Amino acid sequence: MEITTLRVLATVASFVVFVGIAVWAWRNRNSSSFKEAESLPFIED
Amino acid sequence: MQLEHSQLSTYNDKVVRQFSIMAVVWGVVGMLMGVIIAAQLVWPELNLGLPWTSFGRLRPLHTNAVIFAFGGCALFATSFYVVQRTCQTRLFAGKLASFTFWGWQAVIVAAAISLPLGYTQGKEYAELEWPIDILIAIVWISYAIVFFGTIAQRKVKHIYVANWFYGAFILAVALLHIVNSAAIPAGYMKSYSAYAGVQDAMVQWWYGHNAVGFFLTAGFLGMMYYFVPKQAERPVYSYSLSIVHFWALIFTYMWAGPHHLHYTALPDWTQSLGMVFSLILLAPSWGGMINGIMTLSGAWHKLRTDPILRFLIVSLSFYGMSTFEGPMMAIKTVNALSHYTDWTVGHVHSGALGWVGLISMGSLYYMIPRLFGQKQMFSIKAIELHFWLATIGIVLYISALWISGVMEGLMWRAMNADGTLAYTFVESVKAKFPYYFTRLLGGALYLSGMLVMTWNVYKTAINGKATVVQIPQVVAHA
Repeated sequence: MEITTLRVLATVASFVVFVGIAVWAWRNRNSSSFKEAESLPFIED
Repeated sequence: MQLEHSQLSTYNDKVVRQFSIMAVVWGVVGMLMGVIIAAQLVWPELNLGLPWTSFGRLRPLHTNAVIFAFGGCALFATSFYVVQRTCQTRLFAGKLASFTFWGWQAVIVAAAISLPLGYTQGKEYAELEWPIDILIAIVWISYAIVFFGTIAQRKVKHIYVANWFYGAFILAVALLHIVNSAAIPAGYMKSYSAYAGVQDAMVQWWYGHNAVGFFLTAGFLGMMYYFVPKQAERPVYSYSLSIVHFWALIFTYMWAGPHHLHYTALPDWTQSLGMVFSLILLAPSWGGMINGIMTLSGAWHKLRTDPILRFLIVSLSFYGMSTFEGPMMAIKTVNALSHYTDWTVGHVHSGALGWVGLISMGSLYYMIPRLFGQKQMFSIKAIELHFWLATIGIVLYISALWISGVMEGLMWRAMNADGTLAYTFVESVKAKFPYYFTRLLGGALYLSGMLVMTWNVYKTAINGKATVVQIPQVVAHA
């Protein structure tokens, strides 16, 4: 495979992964696991 | 047996205390160096005519002291404090943790001796010669082992977002430092870069800008995601946004470095790539800022009474300002005016004094009384005073350099009708005198705030005593 093709694929793949993360994070915004995670600084209070 | 058990059920705060105190000490030293060289720019005779006290040698001493000694100690201290509390476990490898403290102090002392003597690799923010670079790498890898080891033995299910930022900062800085410091030794304190020409320049600014992105941003965002919620007594505004914020920074920062090399021998396409990624960076930067500031929503009144919260929130405003200014300055046509002028120096200081400085001070004001078994700092009034000294100092500093920078940029490009330059270089230097004086004033105010903090920290420490904090027996999310 030509190096440029590989670079293009890597860039596109990174972008798709990032969009995937954003969609996943937004869909789970009310999930209990996010609620648990965000309360971690307060578990000792 | 009893002793061992009681040790295991407590936090290792000794190393946190050591780093916290040294952050304050090195803060004073580094900012004092800054004030001295700012004074040298106003009155050049202050270099005393000696090589060891000349601007060219003291300037890297200032940058290394404030970034790596002050900022570095604050990052070590807060990351060790935060990772233990959000993982509900004692720091992994206690001996290695104290090695990171003594090793890092040795690096700082070596820098303070070797830079005035003139030993330098000549790379900005990576001046230290190769033996010191090797020590930095060893200390840094130890830091990574302690930090990630602690995360590995956590008693809770999730890894809190602050630890993601601290973790990225530790990994990225290891990578940047090792790649950029690759050099061929030519004597015990002399070396030549492993790269040549424009590749060397690009590696340097890949390092340089990511030092901003990961040392001066990701690490301090780790502070933001812990200390802002703690001081505001409410969870972060949006946990989803924090995840998107994190990955957006990770995916974009690495590519922004070429904006330091606009209109140089670097290929045009690389410059444009750097410009585009710098512009994209506005989004994650502001996403993070909004997430931090909005954590206060419904509790804005606390800003009126709580100077620590004010430190944290105003630092985020400066973060927002400088991350708007940065992408703008990365646009090639804007850069044609701003580059090599004082505008750049002003921009850096709005980030360094405003964002990095204030968030560190706010976090230290939160942590230090707790590390000495106190409810709060010895004097709240003194925190208030520090806040105003620092804020007025920053505003004086950056507005002076905006004016001075834009002015000299315009003077350099001004032409007469026949195409000759309208001003000589020395005329632009002369015109900057009043702004250099104002900058000195701003820097001196900022330093005086730090002296007030030192007194306050001293009083808090001697009135309290080093306390051992039990790890609460919560296994809520295991």
